[in-house]
Amino acid sequence: MIFTHFLKKGLTWPITLTILVILASAFAVPFLNLYLDTAHPLHIPNHLVGLYGKYLTYALLALALDLVWGYCGILSLGHGAFFALGGYAMGMYLMRQIGPRGVYGDPILPDFMVFLNWQELPWFWYGFDNFWFAALMIVLVPGALAFVFGWFAFRSRVTGVYLSIITQAMTYALLLAFFRNDMGFGGNNGLTDFKDILGYDIQASATRAGLFSASAIALALGVLITAAITSSQFGKLMIAVRDAESRTRFLGYRPEMVKLFAFVVSAIMAGIAGALYVPQVGIINPGEFAPANSIEVVVWTAVGGRGTIIGPIIGALVVNAGKSWFTGAFPEYWLFALGGLFILVTLLLPKGIVGTVRDGWAKLRPAKQPPAQDDQNKTTASKSGSQPQAAE
Amino acid sequence: MYRNSILALLTVWCLSLFAPVANAQEPDLQAIIQKLATSKNFNQTKAVVAELAATGDASVAGVLNALSEGAVYFRKSDRQVFVVPGRGNTLELFDPLTGEAAGEAGKRELTKVRVNNSLRRSIRDAIGGLTLASEDPTVRLNAANTLAANPDVDALPAIEAALEKETDEAVAMRLRQAQAAATLISDRTLEEKTTAVTVMTSLGNREALAFLTRFEAQAEGELKTLAASGITKIEKSLKLWGMGQNIWYGVSLGSVLLLAAIGLAITFGVMGVINMAHGEMVMLGAYTTYLVQEIIRNAMPELMDWSLLIALPLAFMVSALVGLVLERGVIRFLYGRPLETLLATWGVSLILQQAVRTLFGPSNQEVSNPSWMSGAFEVGLITITWNRLYILIFALCVFAILLWAFNKTSLGLQMRAVTQNRRMASAMGIRTPWVDALTFMLGSGIAGIAGVALSQIDNVSPNLGQSYIIDSFMVVVFGGVGNLWGTLVGALSLGVFNKFLEPYAGAVLAKILVLVFIILFIQKKPRGLFALKGRAIET
Repeated sequence: MIFTHFLKKGLTWPITLTILVILASAFAVPFLNLYLDTAHPLHIPNHLVGLYGKYLTYALLALALDLVWGYCGILSLGHGAFFALGGYAMGMYLMRQIGPRGVYGDPILPDFMVFLNWQELPWFWYGFDNFWFAALMIVLVPGALAFVFGWFAFRSRVTGVYLSIITQAMTYALLLAFFRNDMGFGGNNGLTDFKDILGYDIQASATRAGLFSASAIALALGVLITAAITSSQFGKLMIAVRDAESRTRFLGYRPEMVKLFAFVVSAIMAGIAGALYVPQVGIINPGEFAPANSIEVVVWTAVGGRGTIIGPIIGALVVNAGKSWFTGAFPEYWLFALGGLFILVTLLLPKGIVGTVRDGWAKLRPAKQPPAQDDQNKTTASKSGSQPQAAE
Repeated sequence: MYRNSILALLTVWCLSLFAPVANAQEPDLQAIIQKLATSKNFNQTKAVVAELAATGDASVAGVLNALSEGAVYFRKSDRQVFVVPGRGNTLELFDPLTGEAAGEAGKRELTKVRVNNSLRRSIRDAIGGLTLASEDPTVRLNAANTLAANPDVDALPAIEAALEKETDEAVAMRLRQAQAAATLISDRTLEEKTTAVTVMTSLGNREALAFLTRFEAQAEGELKTLAASGITKIEKSLKLWGMGQNIWYGVSLGSVLLLAAIGLAITFGVMGVINMAHGEMVMLGAYTTYLVQEIIRNAMPELMDWSLLIALPLAFMVSALVGLVLERGVIRFLYGRPLETLLATWGVSLILQQAVRTLFGPSNQEVSNPSWMSGAFEVGLITITWNRLYILIFALCVFAILLWAFNKTSLGLQMRAVTQNRRMASAMGIRTPWVDALTFMLGSGIAGIAGVALSQIDNVSPNLGQSYIIDSFMVVVFGGVGNLWGTLVGALSLGVFNKFLEPYAGAVLAKILVLVFIILFIQKKPRGLFALKGRAIET
């Protein structure tokens, strides 16, 4: 139902264009990497393919956060946890794929378990040798955690900074837990030394190009789903919850259910992003759960423009490209730049790049835009920047 | 054990250096000691040791100790005996009695006076007897400790003789334990053993438990049941003491949490703002302490003991100033948008961290404890370190001062008014922007002095703040905002809860459990333990 409505009304030209650009890159980048001679000026070297692929998974993560923060007013400081859980699920599949080629040559147990003198595979590792089971877990584990967490949190009306802080506590608790060797997830070192994925060598450039395409397609699907949800009637309800939760409740809706739905969908998207991230960087370790990582995701979304669909994607790409350049050129100053970005964006660009540009555009040509037709404008032009003050 | 004997050795040497009495008997002692060089076998050596012990002169303890450690040699050329503590090809020689340096000799010129285990035992007994008669209570205590840990039936008469003369209570207690332990393994009468078991039970420490358990295994009849009941009694009391120690650890952790969180609670309560840079204010306080100590060390080392007191006001000022700049420069533009404030202050925290890293380097800086803060003392079986105790007292003082400021000053009144109803307070003529700025300064300043305290127990590094920030949040949301008592109760109960879980679950799992507990607790009471009551609907 959402989708028929969406195809009729929600597929605005910026969304269509975004999806087309992403899909085009899914074909163009592998082509430029694999079929052009290395001397050709348009050739993309292998390491850049991996880097761009990583950016795309970050973009998907930022988009997932935008769905809950930009459209539903839930500032999650723990989205990195869903990302990392998806990543661990993928990592477990890749570990099982190593088989007897590990350093210790054990046919079943991953190296770190042999090293820790484990005798048999723990029950929660069963089934991960099957890709489809792993894929199911990539969706199910983050989704289930988000469902349980959100169910408790939203039902008891934990909102605002309190919610932000307990999401941070959640990812911090997971960080500590995954650092433990007894957890059976490789402890401090995490999971690494992957050999192949679905039978293809994970180091081969063709596989890496394939992973890039998969990331791009996943991002395009993410955009499609986010656009479908936000342009539907349910999307309007999400925005209502964001802007005036109590009023929505008094009108007879159940804001906790709206939030729960958005939170779970967002967590699943984050999990998929994490699962695509791991094979491209070749490692997953507990550091991904660090609260600082999750807050960084928030700044990508804020820079690009929350409450828009293209914003978080642009934000993630711009900030991460900036990070790659900065850490290469002036490694000392990256944290200054990132910190400054946090302050400047919140003070000067509360709507982010996309929101600001769109506002300027709307001001330039006010006569040609009848307000009733432009849903996208209305949502961002409404008071997306203001959160009603807590405890008043 | 080894350390104790070295300590005893040194003390005895020092004593002998200053004791004029030693001079009169020196020729005699020297002559006996020289016999070590001529003894043919272990038995003869043993006789020499006995002869030395019989002199009753504490100054021979040094050479006896050296002998048992295999550090006594004689020169082949003139059969002169020396103490040689070093190793290597060229050895330094020391006079066996006075401990003075007596030149050097090559390894080949010397022969070691050989000892075996039975000889070592008799040497130990001899020293035990000698040192129990020493003038210095620390030497006696060391001797008593050695005897209590390694009970010896042969030493029993010496112990009993010493016990009668002993005036120092601490030494006497150890001696009683040594006596009881030795009695248990001797072939003395039933009554005496019964008393020994009772004495052991009443002493009730871990050592006593170990001896009793060993004794119980081979005892018979009445004694066995008595020992068994003694063991359960000791185990029970040890459990209680262990619990007491845990409570102390918990309270100590709680006081640290209280210091770190209380400034955060104030700013959060009044302004509804979570200051993510709060941890960095703590770090700035710690670095101020470091700088103050550096300056004092270079300029006037005699003030070192006062360094913390000097650092306190400076740290308050530094952090308060940074807080003021932060409030005026960033936060005041973001009022009514708490989530954005959270992000902006996170940015500030990144910048402050990196600034400190660039200025001072990423490694830990050394901050020393003033002499009055180092060391520890014992209450029963609970060990309490002075720095932890001072931090607890300090945290409670800060809390009391803040409580007073909140309830008795006009700024406090205004703060409370703004906390309860910002708009109404503003309508009544309170300049809320001023109150905000002052509150933020106060909160940051408190974080700064928390940094002074934390520099004493934690590493002073750019990451210092990060390690406390999440715990501080937990305390604040657990305790509830707008009420200082909430923060106190929150900090102490989380600290104690954490330390009680640790023995069962391990440190990391305990922390995870505490986090999970708080997450669940927030569901039940979304506004914390001591929430402000009001009729306003949130959102």
